[in-house]
Amino acid sequence: MSSEGTYYVPEQSKLPIFASLGLFLTVFGAANWLNGDDTGPTILFCGGLVFAFVLWQWFSAVISENIRGMNSAQLKKSYVWGMGWFIFSEVMFFAAFFGALFYVRAFALPWLSGEGAGAATNEILWNGFEASWPLMTTPDMAVNGDAAKVTGPEQSMSYGHVDSLWTWLPFWNTVILMTSSVTVHLAHNGLKDDNRKAFNFWLGLTVALGIIFLVLQVEEYIQAYTKMGLTLDTGIYGTTFFMLTGFHGAHVTLGTFMLLVMFLRSVRKGHFKHDDCFGFEAASWYWHFVDVVWVGLFIFVYILG
Amino acid sequence: MAHGPAKGITRWLYTTNHKDIGTMYLWFSFAMFLLGGVFALVIRAELFEPGLQIVEPEFFNQMTTMHGLVMVFGAVMPAFVGLANWMVPMMIGAPDMALPRMNNWSFWILPFAFAMLASTLFMEGGAPNFGWTFYAPLSTTYAPPSVTFFIFAVHIMGASSIMGAINIIATILNMRAPGMTMMKMPLFVWTWLITAYLLIAVMPVLAGVVTMMLMDIHFGTSFFDAAGGGDPVLFQHVFWFFGHPEVYIMILPAFGVVSQIIPTFARKPLFGYASMVYATSSIAFLSFIVWAHHMFTVGMPVAGELFFMYATMLIAVPTGVKVFNWVTTMFKGSMTFETPMLFSIAFVILFTIGGFSGLMLAIAPADFQYHDTYFVVAHFHYVLVPGAIFSITAAVYYWLPKWCGNMYNEVMGKTHFWMAFIGLNLTFFPMHFVGLAGMPRRIPDYALQFADFNMYASVGAFLFGAAQILFLFNVIATIRGGRKATDEVWENPEGLEWTVPSPAPYHTFSTPPDVK
Repeated sequence: MSSEGTYYVPEQSKLPIFASLGLFLTVFGAANWLNGDDTGPTILFCGGLVFAFVLWQWFSAVISENIRGMNSAQLKKSYVWGMGWFIFSEVMFFAAFFGALFYVRAFALPWLSGEGAGAATNEILWNGFEASWPLMTTPDMAVNGDAAKVTGPEQSMSYGHVDSLWTWLPFWNTVILMTSSVTVHLAHNGLKDDNRKAFNFWLGLTVALGIIFLVLQVEEYIQAYTKMGLTLDTGIYGTTFFMLTGFHGAHVTLGTFMLLVMFLRSVRKGHFKHDDCFGFEAASWYWHFVDVVWVGLFIFVYILG
Repeated sequence: MAHGPAKGITRWLYTTNHKDIGTMYLWFSFAMFLLGGVFALVIRAELFEPGLQIVEPEFFNQMTTMHGLVMVFGAVMPAFVGLANWMVPMMIGAPDMALPRMNNWSFWILPFAFAMLASTLFMEGGAPNFGWTFYAPLSTTYAPPSVTFFIFAVHIMGASSIMGAINIIATILNMRAPGMTMMKMPLFVWTWLITAYLLIAVMPVLAGVVTMMLMDIHFGTSFFDAAGGGDPVLFQHVFWFFGHPEVYIMILPAFGVVSQIIPTFARKPLFGYASMVYATSSIAFLSFIVWAHHMFTVGMPVAGELFFMYATMLIAVPTGVKVFNWVTTMFKGSMTFETPMLFSIAFVILFTIGGFSGLMLAIAPADFQYHDTYFVVAHFHYVLVPGAIFSITAAVYYWLPKWCGNMYNEVMGKTHFWMAFIGLNLTFFPMHFVGLAGMPRRIPDYALQFADFNMYASVGAFLFGAAQILFLFNVIATIRGGRKATDEVWENPEGLEWTVPSPAPYHTFSTPPDVK
């Protein structure tokens, strides 16, 4: 322990510089790949490996410091603040994409079809285009017909086009995620009662529900691509649908992974005590956050979509 | 914490010390300031005379873009984070930043990000050439291939900013010494708390908008493509939702710095401390609801124009409170005019000029005339150069003796000030006139009637640039030697940072001080 004071200030650490290197190689490789350079995938893969390894080391270091009792109550509070503000930053990231969806539906499409000050736009550029949501006929199709480059989807994911709620996949995904928020809370309760069996059971169940959600989400995407003609490049509907649900899915993946790590730490290492379980709590807050985002998606992308 | 810093280069690579990291941030920022300055001088050299002399128009566009990006993300923001690293723990009596390793990570991402951004200059098709605001479709459909690297550079520097901001918030909320209540915190700490909040709120939105660009460019989405039902104007809305708070991210810490310096040299406590805190918070709140004043000419409904016009004008109220407080602090004070004070007084006067031209631009019908002219360039350079840059310079002169234990050369400091002061006014004041007369921004050539004022501006720019070399020399000379500074450095300055020795020991406040 390097600090004589109460707050643990870690010694020198190699983690940050190598994390920076890993992050840099990852994005540098990705950029090269997207720009069609053959070295891209290799650089991306190596960078990702470095980054993952460093993060593994980093989290191990933090966990072992805590086990050795180096973390004061004050330091633990710093971690709590850190996670809380990180989640807030994620909220704002999603806000940008929800904002884009609202803007397009409320303003851009009506203006393109001639409302408000958009009369000339419609008359001269997109003659014949009519706003609708889900947008099946893009402005390009309205003007150029079969020669259009940006075509709309054949079918949408909206509730309005569904026969029955009970066979509607997004509904079941909602049920699954809502349930998983409850089970992760029950896991927390189990931990607070020092009931390790209950904790492991409910946490394991949460991870399982997360995985089921992801599998169903993949199934939905397969349906969209193979049966519904709904792809990423089918105009603004496909764009907003896949970007919103895609980023949410990525966050569910990360959240499931975090909870899985917590599960393994508990099962294999016996980590977490009723008054010392920040790692688990942070993962569970994250899980509740992705849940709330899903509720927003379910309402604005599926039900009112 | 008996030991000092490690030896050799690993001290800097592996450090977890807030002072080391602050130092690295400040040097990095200065390097970027010089790089961005060179880009600016290329622009001013080309504009010295009408006609095309030195660079191709394509390269000129790359210069305006890179100048803006490097100055905003490379020079100003890291400089303030560096100051926060050095000063916030010392001002609140904390042993270090709340999360020291993440602190070093936040820093080390930046050299990688800017190496990648700068490397675009040597890529096929050239560097980004669409302006620092990278409006779609210039930055999507018509962008050079290097835009992909630009996007990822923005992504990782955004990650750096978010982590830095989280660290600062956690430090301020969790690490204050006993007795250091919120309303006893120095204003620099207050302004940084609010700045960090703004950063966490809007950097993810920037990440979102560059992600949309990336998807439009490489994956066929239609965010900014009307053919698919998207809208290029959507880009501007999302960008400026980030961009307007961003300009306050660059000025709120400057308010904090000036609020520390003016009381010291006026030898009076800051006038209206509480109102300063409330004014800063109000400005931060308003910054979220004024973004479309950057887009008055884009074709918004009249209701939108009016809302954003009046909301923008409201900002003048809390800003006026602050200027009033600074002036009143100086009123009947026992003033002396050391270099930091000179820069701070110039800040108050010249920033106010920039604020007034901002009010002019806020008037939607008038903005139709000013939009995209040099009047806008004059406006935002008046708030950023004598605003952000002068306050950073003032902060360096003010705290440098505490950092390295030596006094800087006052004559050289004052020479720096007057060169910079004259240089910047000579550069940017004429831009008001050519702008009002209709000279468009971001154009490498111009009509003959603008020639005189442009020539003055170019002369001023080179004078301003030369002043910074003197600054660099002064700082290095001070670090290497000079008259020893006392622990207090100045005459009875307020604040915990003056209670520790000069130079400040490697570790300060390992046991928290008692704040009365």
